[in-house]
Amino acid sequence: METNFVHHQSAHCENGVASNLLKHHGINISEPMVFGIGSGLFFFYLPLLKINHAPAISYRPMPGSIFNKAAKRLGIKVKRVRFSDPRSAQEALEANLKKNIPSGLQVGVYHLTYFPNEYRFHFNAHNLVVYGKKEDRFLISDPVMETVTVLSEKELEKVRFAKGALAPKGQMYYPIHIPSQIDFTTAIKKAIKDTCNNMLAPMPIIGVGGMRFLAGHIRKWPAKKGVKVANHYLAQMVRMQEEIGTGGGGFRFIYAAFLQEAAVILQNNKLNELSAEMTQIGDLWRDFAVNAARVYKNRSNKTDVYNSLADELLHLADLETAFFKKLKKAI
Amino acid sequence: MKKEDVPQDKSNLCALNIKELCYATDENGNYTTALSSGWEPKTIALENSILEINERIEQARKDVQNDLVSPIVYFMEVHKMDWITLAGYVGMWTWRVKRHGKPKVFRKLNDKILAKYAEAFEITIQELKNYHGN
Repeated sequence: METNFVHHQSAHCENGVASNLLKHHGINISEPMVFGIGSGLFFFYLPLLKINHAPAISYRPMPGSIFNKAAKRLGIKVKRVRFSDPRSAQEALEANLKKNIPSGLQVGVYHLTYFPNEYRFHFNAHNLVVYGKKEDRFLISDPVMETVTVLSEKELEKVRFAKGALAPKGQMYYPIHIPSQIDFTTAIKKAIKDTCNNMLAPMPIIGVGGMRFLAGHIRKWPAKKGVKVANHYLAQMVRMQEEIGTGGGGFRFIYAAFLQEAAVILQNNKLNELSAEMTQIGDLWRDFAVNAARVYKNRSNKTDVYNSLADELLHLADLETAFFKKLKKAI
Repeated sequence: MKKEDVPQDKSNLCALNIKELCYATDENGNYTTALSSGWEPKTIALENSILEINERIEQARKDVQNDLVSPIVYFMEVHKMDWITLAGYVGMWTWRVKRHGKPKVFRKLNDKILAKYAEAFEITIQELKNYHGN
């Protein structure tokens, strides 16, 4: 059995799955549009929670939140099911495929056989679509891959029932109701307001406040934790930023692309200007990654390199504060 | 980022011919997508993490050899796991799994419990029991 699903590559897995599933149901929605309407731009810093032996820094909201928010704002109903038993999880998936419903799955990365070995670590919030089954092999559309691939029953079970933080528990999701008329204008306005409020939240751990909090800690890392640990923290930060879900610069560019599309739909030229500004901020995030890479590559132990990185991050926080204030006013 | 600036550095993706999708602007400032083969700062960050993991594995190997920790700790590091992840895979409380990391406690474990660890590490009970860090 095979559904007539079309694979499109995307920069980020959750946007990609959402956009591909909605396209299958006849809604022409791009990846940046899903990202923007789902309020995908986010930041939080939880120094006490350790991931890969480094403090948790995230550039994205909780897994599932982008698709859920986007669907809600567009009036689309998405069904999500979790399973305790792998057998019933597989049966439910096969039943969907028989009914010509390609289904999104939350999976763990560690056992994904088609990923390069170096990229396989215990990260459980990856997303992909299963669009068919041929001779005991599930047909997989992983949005970060250029082309489609396959997984055996055993392999799929393993990734669906990966364990640890954010365990997917076989989670499967698919749209069940699509309204005949979709009101993009209201959805976009709501989403932009939400993103501005999140990024400007008066809380020290999320949004621009989180960036400032983190900048303060970066200054203290070398003295408090030693150079080796400080370098490891920095490397993890850059991985979270540019690799794991393309957080920092990558996400800014997707958001800028969203603002460009939104400018046309809302007929608001101001959003075009702001899109260009976001692109510049994205470029600065990339510069930050380059400079941070220089620090941990050379194993530099001078505190002033950490100070200059912290200053750079503070500058980014200032720019984004100004940006989101302007964006809030623009709509 | 301009389309022509999308990095095409060598990375771990090259060997498998995988490319990432990026959003970038064209000559008129309009957004479009482009494929990237990799970016040096990311590659260095990843290499740094791999180095870190290898150091942890080597340390665990020595600790097993000196009878400071049980083989569970070594295989946990090999599989890039932490206590919480391992506890999830074997279906036990974290504190219990941590206890099994002590050589003294590990030696008293029965095959039923060892089988859970062996399955999580994709090895046999014998391989788990007979690992001495050599």
